[in-house]
This record gives sequence, C-alpha cells and structure tokens, in this order.
Amino acid sequence: MRWRRLTRNRLSFGALCVILAVTLTSLLAPWVAPYDPDNPDAEATLASVSMRHPLGTDVYGRDQLSRVIHAGRIDLLVALCATAIALTLGSALGAGAGYRGGWVDQLVMRSVDAIMAFPAFILAMAITAALGNSIANVVAAIAITHVPIYTRLIRGEMLRVRETEYAEAARTVGNRPHQIVLYHLLPNCVPPLVVQATLAMGFAILTVAALSFIGLGIHPPQSEWGQMTAEGAGYVVSGEWWLVLFPGFAIMLTVLAFNLVGDTLRDLLDPRMRGVR
Amino acid sequence: MPLLAVEGLVKHFPLGGPGEWLDRVRGHAPKAVRAVDGVSFAVEPGETLGLVGESGCGKSTVARLILRLVDPTGGHVRFGDVNLTALAGEPLRRQRRNLQMVFQDPTASLNPRLSVRRAVEEPLRRHSTLRAAERRERAAQVLARVGLERELLDRYPHELSGGQRQRVNIARAIVTEPRFVVLDEPTSSLDVSLRAKAILLLAELRATLGMSYLFISHDLATVKYLAGRVAVMYLGTIVEEASTAELFRQPRHPYTKALLSAVPVPDPTVQRERLVLRGEVPSPIDIPAGCRLRGRCPLAQPVCAEPVTLREVAPRHRVACHLA
Amino acid sequence: MTDLLEVRDLTVHFDTEAGLVEAVDGVTFNVRSGEILGVVGESGSGKSVTALALLRLIRPPGRIVQGAVRFEGTDLVGLSEDEMRAVRGTRIAMVFQSPRTALNPVLTVGRQISRLFELHQGASRAEGRTRTIGMLKLVGISEPERRARQYAHQLSGGMCQRVMIAMALATSPRLLLADEPTTGLDVSIAAQILELLRDLGRRTGASILLITHDLGVVAEVCDRVAVMHAGQIVEVGAVRAIFARPLHPYTQALVRSIPRIDRDVTMEPIPGMVPSLLAPPPGCRYADRCPRVLDVCRRDRPAPRAAAPDQEVACHAAEVEDAPARG
Repeated sequence: MRWRRLTRNRLSFGALCVILAVTLTSLLAPWVAPYDPDNPDAEATLASVSMRHPLGTDVYGRDQLSRVIHAGRIDLLVALCATAIALTLGSALGAGAGYRGGWVDQLVMRSVDAIMAFPAFILAMAITAALGNSIANVVAAIAITHVPIYTRLIRGEMLRVRETEYAEAARTVGNRPHQIVLYHLLPNCVPPLVVQATLAMGFAILTVAALSFIGLGIHPPQSEWGQMTAEGAGYVVSGEWWLVLFPGFAIMLTVLAFNLVGDTLRDLLDPRMRGVR
Repeated sequence: MPLLAVEGLVKHFPLGGPGEWLDRVRGHAPKAVRAVDGVSFAVEPGETLGLVGESGCGKSTVARLILRLVDPTGGHVRFGDVNLTALAGEPLRRQRRNLQMVFQDPTASLNPRLSVRRAVEEPLRRHSTLRAAERRERAAQVLARVGLERELLDRYPHELSGGQRQRVNIARAIVTEPRFVVLDEPTSSLDVSLRAKAILLLAELRATLGMSYLFISHDLATVKYLAGRVAVMYLGTIVEEASTAELFRQPRHPYTKALLSAVPVPDPTVQRERLVLRGEVPSPIDIPAGCRLRGRCPLAQPVCAEPVTLREVAPRHRVACHLA
Repeated sequence: MTDLLEVRDLTVHFDTEAGLVEAVDGVTFNVRSGEILGVVGESGSGKSVTALALLRLIRPPGRIVQGAVRFEGTDLVGLSEDEMRAVRGTRIAMVFQSPRTALNPVLTVGRQISRLFELHQGASRAEGRTRTIGMLKLVGISEPERRARQYAHQLSGGMCQRVMIAMALATSPRLLLADEPTTGLDVSIAAQILELLRDLGRRTGASILLITHDLGVVAEVCDRVAVMHAGQIVEVGAVRAIFARPLHPYTQALVRSIPRIDRDVTMEPIPGMVPSLLAPPPGCRYADRCPRVLDVCRRDRPAPRAAAPDQEVACHAAEVEDAPARG
C-alpha cells in the first residue's frame, strides 16, 4: 500500500517535472534552442539524429530540436489561453446558473447541452473552418468546446455550496448576492476546478495538435507539434522516422504529464472522487 | 411594543413533479410539505423566547423565515415597526445589522476559507464605515468578549476545536451589536462541559449587551435555563406557550406533558409518571384535520376532530387543546 | 449476583504519527448478570474504545496492550480470531449510535435479521422469516410484516434503532453493548428506545453495557455506573449511591455541569479541558482540572478504594471512611 503510494507520488512528481521542463524551454525557446527554427541548413537536409542535430533535420534542413522547442511555445500558449478563457466564461455561467436557478439555469444549461451535443473535435473543426485558422480562432474554437466542462462542474458545485450553513450565514451577515458568490461560494469550488483545468490542459494541447494535423490549426511556417507530425508522416515510408517520432513524442509526453498531475491533484484535493473519471 | 412579532407565519414547500400538476388539473390545491402552518408569537425587548419541539416540527424553518433565508408563503414578521416580509434587496439587507443568527453546526456555518479575523470582521465591512484598523480592534474586542484569545484571529476554522468554532460563530453574530439574535440549536453539537460554558456565555452576553434571543432547541433543560418564555411546536404549529416557570411546573397540553415526561432526569430517586404518545410524528404532507396530535394522544375525545386554536387559559398562558 | 464480564486492567494504546495515545488506561470493572451498567464521560474519555476493545475490534494503529476480559469464564484477549468471531454477534452483540448507516441499504431490514438466524442458528429461510417477524414484534415495531419488507431509508431514525436492537438480540446474546443508542434521536423516541432496552434486558436476562454522555439516561435506566475520564475509570458503583453521594471531584463536577428540568440549579461548567492522552503525565489525570488537587495527585495515580458497600472511587482527596485501598 505504502509502496504504491510512493510510486504514485514519484510518477506524479516526474510528470510535474515534465510540465515544468516543457514550460521553461518554451518560455526560454530563443535562448535554449540551438538554431533558429526557420533557418535552413543547406548542407544537412533530412539529416538523421546526430551530435549536430540531436533530433535530425527536415526536408529544408531546419533543425528539428529547435522546431520542437518553438512548437511547444505555440501549443502551450494556445492551450493555456483557451483553458483560461473557457474557465472564466464557464465558471461565470455555471455560477450564475447554479446560484440563481430558475430560468437563468434553464437557459444556460440548455445552451451548454446544445454545445455538448456535438462531438467536441468536430465542433472545433467546424469553428476553425468557418472562421479561418488563425491562432486566435483556434483558441476560440477550443475555448468554446471547453466551456461546458466548467459550466457543468461549477453549477454542480454551486448547488452544493449554496445550501451550506456558511452560505446562509453569509446572507444573514448582510452580504449582497454577488458578494456571497464571489467571496463565499466560488472559492469553495476551486479545488475541483483546478483538477479539471489541469486535465483539460492536456486535452486542449491534444486538440490544437489534432486540428493542426488535419490542416485546420496552426499554419506553417510557424512550427507546431501536430502539424510537424503531419508533415513528418509523409517521410515514414522513405525511412526518415525522426520527423514524425519526436513531435509525436512531445505531444504524448506533455499530454500524459498533464493528465497524471490532474489525477494526482484530484486524489489530493478530493479523496471522495478517487477512482472516478 | 414587542421587538419582534410573528403573525400567522406559513411556509409550504411544494412537492413539485407530476403530482402537483395532476392536483392542479383536478382543481384542488397541490400537495405540499406544510413545514410551518400558522405560527404567531412575540418577543419583548430583552426577553428570550424558547422555541422547542422535535425534529421536523418546523422550528428551524421559523428561524429561517424570520431571517428571510426562505420566503414565507403567508404571514408577517415585524421587527420593531418594520414589516420585514415586505422588504427585499437593499432595505432588507440593512435590517440584518440588527437581526443575527447563530447556526446549529459550528463547523458547517463557518466558511472554511476565511480566517477567524475575516469571518468576524465581515459584518462590520458590510454594515459600517469603520476603517481597517478600527475593524481589527473591534474584532479583537468581540473575540475577547466570547472568551477567545487574540492569537486565534489568524487561524482558520479547521485549526479550531468545536467549542472555539461555536464561539467564533457567536462573535460574528454579535459584532454589529444586534438587538435580536436567533439561536438555532447552538449547543446541540457540543459536548457536556462545552455546552455548559456556551449556555453561560450566551446568558452573560444577553445581560451585558441587552439583546433578545429566540432560542430554538430540542433540549428542554437548556431552554429552561436560558429562556423566560417557552413556545412548544408540533407539526408546524405552536401548541402551547407560557412563561418558563409555569410551563415546566404546570404543562397543559398533552404534547408538552409527553415531551417533559420523556426527558431523562439525572436523579434515580425520582419516580415520574410518563405520558406516552402512540407511534411517531405523522408526515407534514398529510396533516390530520382538527387537533394535530389527535392520532397519538392518549386523551383524545371526539371533540378533538374539530379545529383547535391557541387560547389563553391563564394570564399569558396559551394552549391549543380542546381539553386543557 | 455473579459476574458475566470481568475486565481487569484493560489498556489500549494508539500508535499515531504524533506519538503514543493512551486511550484506555488500566480500566477495571465488571458487569453482573442481568444488570445494566452505564459508562459515562465526556467525548474522548475512552468509553467507545473500551467497548470496541471488549469485542477486540480495535484496528491498527490501536492495540490492546495488556489486560484481561473474562466473559463467561474465558479470557477473550487470549482467543484466536476465529474463536472471537464466534463470540461476536452471538454471545456479545453491539448496537451503534447511527442506526441508519449501520444498516445495509440494499437489503430489506427483514432479510438482514433473517440472515442472522440462517447463519448463526442454521434456520431455514422460511423459519428465519417467521422468527424475524417475531423479533420485530418484540422490539415494538407495529405492522412487522410490512416493515420487514422495507429498506433502511424508508424507516424513521427511531424505527432503525429498533431494527438494530432486533438484529443485536436475534442470536440471544448474554451481553449487549449499546454505544450512545439514543444520541441524535428526539426525546420522546429516545425515551421509547431506553424503555425498550430496559424491558428487553429484564425479559431476556441479558446484561447491557450502555455508553452515554447523558447522566439523565444513566439515572433512568442503569443499575450501576462507571464514570470515565481521560481513559480511566474514576468512580464506579450503584447508580443510587453515586447520584446520592458522588465522591470523585470529576463526578461531582459532571453532575453540576448540566442544566436540568427537575430542579433549579446554578450550572457550573467543568473547569479546564479533557487532557491530551498523548503521553499523559503520571499521577491523576484529573489533577489539572481538580479544585481539590493535592501534591500526591500529581505524583501517584490513585488506586480505586471502596467507599461504600457498592461504590469505588479512585481519588486521593475523596473523603472515604477508613477503607483499605484495593491492590
């Protein structure tokens, strides 16, 4: 039992390190990356893994390592913005619906149900296809598909905390409705929100990559993991495996790390939800 | 003029669902939980009224109706010369300064994310123009008054014991020096020795601050200690109301008698005759017509099927029983 | 009267991260055949742990460090786990404080009782059912046939407690441990449950160990009472004797600390708090709260002394007519 808890903690500690490393290299990309990601090296096109190019080069001779590092920037940025927007918007809607109830609740929840009726990825595809695939539109597409997650979560939490005695006490003491929600109720909904946001970060990164993979996300020449994987996929048959492997590995590692940390946070913050997904 | 007057207070919780719809179609009133069904009483300045009854009798709903945490289906609550039931929004909020409540569960009624300081200062923030330093000083004073050290100001609820939490709750309720405090079973979750301390503290605060209490409890011994008058509730209505001394010496309503005779007395030499009621409290959805105790009362007569109202049987002693 | 249960020097420790908690410390008492013994004290006085220790239900990090629990002539502490299981539920049964959570929510209450007859007494299903109905009648449940088909959530709190008592009595145990059986119930329901316990004790001849924090309950139903403070028994004896003349300062303080409906009293809270049981100092554990504390109290733990024909007190300061200290 103790041993399992230890490995579990070790695993999540490792995952946390991965997230930190990815974040740091993304932040410091211009200084960490050995080459300019867009600068071709004419002498080494489609070069395999070597000391000079640890992850090889692509068809133009651009350094894969530098491109993967710079791609992480855009992936994290898009996922973070989308998560932040979805979280803010979703929480506000969920808080309003849960606290007010009645027709507000009905309106919000039915709209959310309508969004959820579409498979999230198809909806994101439709949005970027309709609006054009700029970075802002990718963020918007992911944010919209993620809003329902937070709205439902916060509404449920709201229904729980608004019936507590401290919520009644807050009213008795003379708080106005918005003060009750902001100072007393929302802060008590934060733990599950943190868990959900961490898990959703992984999912958002996956969505950016998937959108870019099918050409509806980030455009070249800006490097992005999904789009790099898509480009690299064409070279697998001719034997240039590093082009698809490393960006794909970056996606997997980052998403896995976010999921692991999210699961551990859930166990730490809310023992009741252990084993539930 | 009484400080607080409750007149014909009614609270029905609709059952909802298809049953309600069917009832409406059939043209009779939809079924509802009749939690509070016509309650009237008054509390004079400086007086403590005890409200006793068993679980489900509606006493906690009365507290929440007075504080307007739930909206009444009918009736009025008058506080001084203000009709609280007619107020809403900002005017109602301003009244809360003078009307506070101590909740039953000392843990659940404190926001786990607020320090003691913030919890106790909050009413001042909402109702006064005191500056931060003054609020701090006032919070420390009130904490001292309820017998807690100043060091506890920066603690969080989970770092306090149950007794300390209840004191923080009391401090929060009295920090704006309200004229009226509703105490909803404030001692029921406390251990024997802590209970005694809490009761003495409440009595002392009442004496020094000149507050009035509505003291809600199922513990008759505590009510006897703290209240000057007692109202006994059964199934959403008051069945008897009298001064504490008179009620305990000479209960008139069979329900009051049964309740008093059921309280275990810490004296093995006392032999008491017990008035035992049959069965259990009926559902507040299907309340029997006439006297509500009729089905369980060992003294019931045919006349008990007639509606019964509170009437004065002695000066300031009201009973709702045909036979009293 | 003979002793059904004899507890000698029972000591239970909990080895927690904060240190060794001496939850029950050298507790000695006996339960006579057919009597109701009350165990009274504040929360944290070790009354529930004592009851669990009798059934050997203490879970790690807790353990019975020493002591003997002689029940019907055998020492339960020395039994194997299998032998103990045979005692639990058949010879000694337990009634818990929260009946609703102690009942299985997915089985009808009738089925739960009937299973006991089938498991412990090899009754057939039909036979189990008839005896279940009889049992429900015995504990005063009206319409037993209908109630037997219901689930715990369909019954009121008082009804659930009656079912729990029926379950406990199904195997006709000789000793019933009741841990705060009326806490959380309304006064009139609580009175009915206490009446039922007393009545059943008389009818079946079983002894009852009744754990409570309410002195009123002790006075109403118990024959004898043991007063516990901080894991130790400070006074034990006949209820009438102890209420007439409490000798231990703690018992006296306990009696004075409750508001009562039968007379007008000035209530005095017990001074201080229940002391921490983490490495408590030697000597009397009540010393820091005691108004009559002597120098010797902080040095030596007081041994129980006979004070009256049926009253023993463990206090250096109590006025006891020259009775020799018991070894």
